[in-house]
Amino acid sequence: MEQQIAEIRIRGTVQGVGFRPCVWQLAQQMALRGDVRNDADGVFIRLFPPTQMHRFQQQLETHLPPLAHIDSITTRLLPCGDIPQDFCILDSTRGHNRTQVLPDIATCERCRSEIFDTRDRRHGYAFGNCTHCGPRYSIITAMPYDRSHTTMAPFRRCAACQHEYVQPLDRRFHAQPIACAECGPRLWLAAPDGTELARENAIAVAAQRLQQGQLLAIKATGGFHLACDASDPCAIERLRSLKHRPHKPLALMVRDTAQLRAFARVSRTEEQLLHSPAAPIVLLDMLPASLPSALCSGLARVGTMLPSTPLQHLLMAALNGPLVMTSGNVEGAPPCQDNSSAMTQLAPGVDALLLHNRDIRHRVDDSLTQVIAGRPQILRRARGYAPAGIYLPAGMQDADGILALGGDLKNAPCLLRQGRAHLAPHLGDMENPQLQRQLHQSLEQLTQLLGCRARLIACDPHPGYHSRRLAHRVAQTQGLPLVEVAHHHAHLAACLAEHRYPIDGPPVLGLILDGSGLAPANSPHPIWGGEILRADYRHCQRLDGLPAVALPGGDQAAREPWRNLLAHLERWQPEWAQTAARLPALQDLQQQPLHTLRAMIQHNQNAPLASSCGRLFDAVAALLGATPSRQSFEAQAAMHLEALAQSATAASLPGFDPGSATDMLDLTGLWQQLLDCAQSEPPARTALWFHQALARLLARRLQALAHDQGCTTLVLGGGCLQNRLLQAELSTALTATGFEVLIPHQVPANDGGLALGQAVVAWVRREAGHG
Amino acid sequence: MARTERISLAQGSGGEPMQRLLRELIWPVFANPILARQEDQARLAFELQPGEQLAFTTDSFVVTPLQFPGGDIGSLAVQGTLNDLAVGGAVARYLSCGLIIEEGLPVALLRDLCLSLAKTARDAGVQVVTGDTKVVPRGAADGLFINTSGLGIIPAGINIGTHRLAAGDSLVVSGPIGEHGAAILASRQELAITGDLRSDCANLSPLIQTLLPNAGLHALRDMTRGGLNAVLHEFAEAAGATAVIDESAVPVRPAVQGLCELLGLDPLQLACEGRLLAVVAPDHAEHLLQCLQAHPMGQGAAIIGRLTPKRNVPVILNGLYGIERALPPVSGELLPRIC
Ligand SMILES: [Fe+3]
Ligand SMILES: [Mg+2]
Ligand SMILES: [Zn+2]
Ligand SMILES: [Zn+2]
Repeated sequence: MEQQIAEIRIRGTVQGVGFRPCVWQLAQQMALRGDVRNDADGVFIRLFPPTQMHRFQQQLETHLPPLAHIDSITTRLLPCGDIPQDFCILDSTRGHNRTQVLPDIATCERCRSEIFDTRDRRHGYAFGNCTHCGPRYSIITAMPYDRSHTTMAPFRRCAACQHEYVQPLDRRFHAQPIACAECGPRLWLAAPDGTELARENAIAVAAQRLQQGQLLAIKATGGFHLACDASDPCAIERLRSLKHRPHKPLALMVRDTAQLRAFARVSRTEEQLLHSPAAPIVLLDMLPASLPSALCSGLARVGTMLPSTPLQHLLMAALNGPLVMTSGNVEGAPPCQDNSSAMTQLAPGVDALLLHNRDIRHRVDDSLTQVIAGRPQILRRARGYAPAGIYLPAGMQDADGILALGGDLKNAPCLLRQGRAHLAPHLGDMENPQLQRQLHQSLEQLTQLLGCRARLIACDPHPGYHSRRLAHRVAQTQGLPLVEVAHHHAHLAACLAEHRYPIDGPPVLGLILDGSGLAPANSPHPIWGGEILRADYRHCQRLDGLPAVALPGGDQAAREPWRNLLAHLERWQPEWAQTAARLPALQDLQQQPLHTLRAMIQHNQNAPLASSCGRLFDAVAALLGATPSRQSFEAQAAMHLEALAQSATAASLPGFDPGSATDMLDLTGLWQQLLDCAQSEPPARTALWFHQALARLLARRLQALAHDQGCTTLVLGGGCLQNRLLQAELSTALTATGFEVLIPHQVPANDGGLALGQAVVAWVRREAGHG
Repeated sequence: MARTERISLAQGSGGEPMQRLLRELIWPVFANPILARQEDQARLAFELQPGEQLAFTTDSFVVTPLQFPGGDIGSLAVQGTLNDLAVGGAVARYLSCGLIIEEGLPVALLRDLCLSLAKTARDAGVQVVTGDTKVVPRGAADGLFINTSGLGIIPAGINIGTHRLAAGDSLVVSGPIGEHGAAILASRQELAITGDLRSDCANLSPLIQTLLPNAGLHALRDMTRGGLNAVLHEFAEAAGATAVIDESAVPVRPAVQGLCELLGLDPLQLACEGRLLAVVAPDHAEHLLQCLQAHPMGQGAAIIGRLTPKRNVPVILNGLYGIERALPPVSGELLPRIC
C-alpha cells in the first residue's frame, strides 16, 4: 500500500520570527521526518508519519516563538511515494505575498545580556539582534523579508555570523539583520562639521559629552533623536530652543525601572508595557519635584521609555541618569531620516552626532502610550506597533485593497488587506509639504510591501484637508472609486473595528469627544466635536451632542483658549461681566477687544458654530487660569486643566445638578454652577469638579438615549479621551449601569485612528454583501 | 430731485421717471460727445497699427459698504477694469458702465458714486461711452451693483502673459498686501475695528507703463479676489511649477496684520485693488524692483519668492526657522482644521 504524508499549511505572522527552527526542533524531538519551508502564503510543512500530526500541532501551538502568531492551520493527507529520510529546512519559494510585515522589536533579554558579557563576541556591539528581536519595518525595502530586501543588504555576513545564520538550533537562524562588529554596521561620533571624533569608543565619548551638558543627535532605528542630560536645565533649555518647542513635554529614556522609580510612580502594567517588545513611551505620574521643571512645564506626567536597541542600552549603561530623548526635528517639520539631512538640519544646533551606516528605509517615531484602568492605551501608534495587522471583525475577511488617508493632524494612513487593517506609523501634521510627500510615499509603501493593490480610496470630507486633496488626486490618477467618511463616524467605526464588533451587529450609541471635525451637510452647524451618535458601520445619525458655540476666529480659537471662554460665557452666562467679575480670568478677558469679538460672534464673521468638547476644555482652562493666552502646542490648555484637577482632593466638592436627562444637552446649568464653584473653591478643585460634572452630564444623557434606543453597547472615542480623568469618570459611570463600553486601546482615540474607521466604513458601504 | 429722495422702482420702468433719472443724474455726470449721441451703441473709430492688438475685458463690482476709506464702488468699478487691461500691457481707451440699482438707494448717494466713477475715468484718460441703468426691487441687489467693460490697445512688441512663466522666475509684489480687504472689513460698523486701514485701490496703469520696458518681465496680475494666494495658485498652475514664498518677505502693514490676527484671517487671502504681482526672470528682478520702488505706487514693493520646479504642492510658504507650510488654495468658507 502507498504511504501517506501530512501537509500542514500555516498562515499568520510566521516568517522572520524563528518559526521554521521551532518546527525543526519539535520535529527532531518527536523523531519525525519531512520538511518545512517559507512561501508567500506563510509556512508549509510536510510530516511523516501522519499519525503524529495532531500531537505535533498541539506541541507547536504551545511552543510558539514569542513574536509568532498563527491565523490559520489547514491540513491534509496525501499519498507520497518518496518519504524523506530526516527532517530538514528548505529554501523559500515565492508567489503571491500573504505574509505579514513585522514592526521593529526591542532588543530581547538574551541579546541584551550578550552585549554586556565580556566573553561574548558581541560584547559592546551596538547592532546585535536575533530572530526574536531587532529592526524589521524600518529597514525593509521589499517583501519577502530577506536580507537582500533590507538596508542590511550592503553588509556581507562574516563566517561566524553566517554559521549562526544557517544553524537551525541557533537563536539567530535566519535572523535577516544578523551582524557583529566584524561584519555589521558601525558607529561613530561626528562633530557638527562632519569630522570624526571617536569610533571604537564612540558610545563612551558620547556619554561623557552628554554628562557634560552637551546636546547630541543620535541615529536610532527609525529616525534621529535629540538627546541631553535630563537633570541639566541649561541643556534642556538649549534643546527646547533648537527644536522651537518652548513648552511641549519632552520624553525621557531611562536605563531601567530602578532609575525610573526615582522620579515616577510605576504600576505593574506600566512596567510590563515599558518592557514589552514594542517598548513604547509610557506616560507616568511624576513624583513631585523630582525632575527639572523645564521638562514638563507644570504637567504632572512624564513620557518615559526604556532602551530598545543595543546602541541605546550601551549608551544608557555608560550614563548615570536619564536622558531627554526627543525626536530629531524642528517642531512642525518631519524628523530626519538619513545622515546627510541630519548633517544639514540638526548638526548646526548640536555639539556632536552619534551616527551609523545602516540606512533607515521607513521613518518610525517612538510610540506613545498610557495605562488607564489597568489597560494600555496607544496614543501614538508607531515603533513596535505599526504596521502590524489588526484583525477585523468576522464578516470582513474579504476586505482587501481599501486605502484610507486619515485626517490632517496626527495623520496615519491605513490599508485593509485580507481582513486585517494595517495602520502605517504616525506621520504628523499634513500642513508640512514634506509630510504630505511622506504620506504619499507611505501609501505606495504600504500597498507594495503588502503586495496589495488599492481598489478603493477613503478620506475625510473636510474641504480644507490636505489629506483629502491627496486622496482625490490618488483616486483620480489611478482611476479608483473614492468614499468620504464623516469625521465622527470614522472615529466611532475605528473603535468598533478594533473591538471586532460584528459587521451586522445592532446599532450602538457613540460619544465622540474631540476638537473639531467637519459635520455632515445636514447638520445645523458646520463643525462637530462633542456628539452622541447612533451608528453601525454603514450609517451614522446624530441624536444629541454638546450645543454649538461660536469659534471666534476659526482656528485662531483653537490657539487662543480665552476666545472660547468668551464665546461660552456669551452663550450661557451673558451677564458674566456683572456676576463673576471677581474672577481674575474674567478681569483679563475684559481687556480683550470684546466689541469686535462679540460682533464676530453675532454676525458670524469667521466665527463658525462648533459643538466642540476640546474648545469647552479650552474655555474652562482659561477660566481657571490654567493656560497661557496662546497655546504653544495642541491640547496644551486641556492637559494643564487635567493636571490641575489631578492635584486636587475630591472630598466634599460642591454637588452638581445636571438637569433632566430627557432634555437635549444644555450647558446653562453647567456654566452657572461652574462659575459658582470657581468663586468658592480653589482652581484645582474647580477643575476636578468640572471633569466630574461634564462626565456626569454626558453619561446620563447617553444612558437615557441608550434606553430610548434599546442600545446596550456604547462606544467612546475622539482625542478628548486621552484625558485620563474624563475617560475614567465616563467609563465608570457607564459601566456601573450595565452597558458594554468600548474604548479605543490598540488604535489612537484621536485622529491617528481615523483612517481605520474610514477604511471599514468605506468597505462596508461599497463592497460588503447585503445579507 | 431733492436730497432725501430715494430711487423708486418706477425709475427702472423705461417711462418718464426713468428718462428723468437719466437726464438729470446720469448723462450730466458722464457727459462726452460719444455718449451725447444717445445711440444704442457707441461707435468707435479704431485704426490699429501692425502688431497692435485690441484688449477687451469686463468685470462686475459688488461691495459692502458702497463707500469705504480710500474709495467707493464707483472708483473701484473703473480701477478694477482698467487694471485688468493694464496687466496685459494694454492702454485703456473706452469703458462701458452698467448700473443695477436697488429700490430705495438714496439719490444723493447714487450721484456721488457716479461722480466718483466719472472722475476716476477722466483722471485715467478714458471715456465711458456706453451704459445701462436698471432698478430692481428691494432685496434683489445690495444698494448698487456696477458692471464695467473696457477696451484698450496693446502696443506692438509687448509679450507678457502666463505662457512666459518659467521655474526660476522671481515673484515681486508692488506693495503691502490685503489693504483693500482689511479696509472693507474695518468699515463694517458692527465689527468696531479701529486702526488706520485704507483701501489700496488704485489705477495701476501708470505704474505698469514703467515696468513694460523690462525685457525680463514675464507676467503681471492684479491681486483682487482671493488676494495674493489666488494669484500664486493661478501662476503656479499655469507654469507647471511650485511657488515658494519667503513668508517674512511678504509686506503686510501692522494694522492689517493686527486685524487678521484678531479675526483669524490670512492676509494672503485678503483682496487688494491696487497691488500687482510681477513675475520676472531672476536676473531682471532687481531692476524691476527698483522701477517699482521709484514709483509712488510701488514704494513698498518686495521680492517675495520664486517659482521652482514642480513639487507635490503648488504653493509653499517658507516660514519662521525654515519650516515649510503648504498654502491651501482659497476655498469658499473658512472652516477650522485643528482637531
Ligand atoms: Fe477628531
Ligand atoms: Mg478683475
Ligand atoms: Zn534578540
Ligand atoms: Zn559577523
